[in-house]
Amino acid sequence: MSVDPDTLLAILAMMAATVACRLVGLLLPAGIEWRGRLAAGLEAMPVAVLAAIVAPTLLATGWAETLAGAAVLLAAWRLPLTAVIVIGIVAAAGFRALAA
Amino acid sequence: MSETSFPTADSTLTEFRDGVLATLPAIAAAVPFAVLIGALAVDRGLSIAESGLMSALVFAGASQFVALDGWTLPAPWLTLGLTALVVNMRHGLMSVSLMRRLGRFPRWARPVALFFMVDEIWAFAEARGRGRPLTPAFYAGLVAFFYPSWVAGTLAGAVLGRMLPDPKAFGLDFTFIAIFVFLIFTYRARPGFALTLLASSGTAVLVHLVWPGAWSIMAGALAGILAAAFGPRAAS
Repeated sequence: MSVDPDTLLAILAMMAATVACRLVGLLLPAGIEWRGRLAAGLEAMPVAVLAAIVAPTLLATGWAETLAGAAVLLAAWRLPLTAVIVIGIVAAAGFRALAA
Repeated sequence: MSETSFPTADSTLTEFRDGVLATLPAIAAAVPFAVLIGALAVDRGLSIAESGLMSALVFAGASQFVALDGWTLPAPWLTLGLTALVVNMRHGLMSVSLMRRLGRFPRWARPVALFFMVDEIWAFAEARGRGRPLTPAFYAGLVAFFYPSWVAGTLAGAVLGRMLPDPKAFGLDFTFIAIFVFLIFTYRARPGFALTLLASSGTAVLVHLVWPGAWSIMAGALAGILAAAFGPRAAS
């Protein structure tokens, strides 16, 4: 249960980098209202970030992931979140088993 | 207005409970990955204490995975710190966006809230803040079980070591994909939705093909934001 100084330093460096990224918003006042192009860009942020996270997995990993992604996409159009998650897990496990 | 300005103990509890409930599926998905990170960490030569400490202090799954992948002893702190910086850069954008929702938080609570802002917590907080004011109680509910589960899962993985199966084989990583795709679609009525989606996912895939790693997230996110800001406004 020891803590190595080099490892501790590395963990603290990772923490500092992560916290610095997460606190960037503090440079702005809370509850700020945006207008014009800035507002349009900011409002698009959730979709832009989430799409950039999932797209490489869904479109550039393998056909099992792409097919499972298509199933999730269809499900997300109509069904509640729990159903979408179950369909995603089953589709990913199934298509990967077929691809293996 | 007085009812909303002075929340009762009852409404605080309801808000907290809503926050906890929102994260339950995400916790079920995150724990197997925390276990995997713990197992990976001891495999790379970290002690059980160090593995748990990393999850408690860094609390950023993707960057922990990438860092452990390239971990050598003695740990190259500068390289690992820069890796975390690149992988977590998207959190800078996310915190800028989330600040709009933190108007009801006491000043001291804002950095605390942002410390815990992993992808899932941010996404749930943003989704909540669209329909109604985001309260500190709801946000506390988001963190209350998610964070301890992440640390406990890592410790469990470090103790169990490498006797564990890969969660990807069971499709468990698709829980995150499903949650994120679902959240993306909740925004589909917004003007410029399709343009943002195409610009972001197209750019992310292209960058990923040329240069695999964390840059695809930043590049895709920026492309989506720029497309929304400078593209044609569908219904302005």
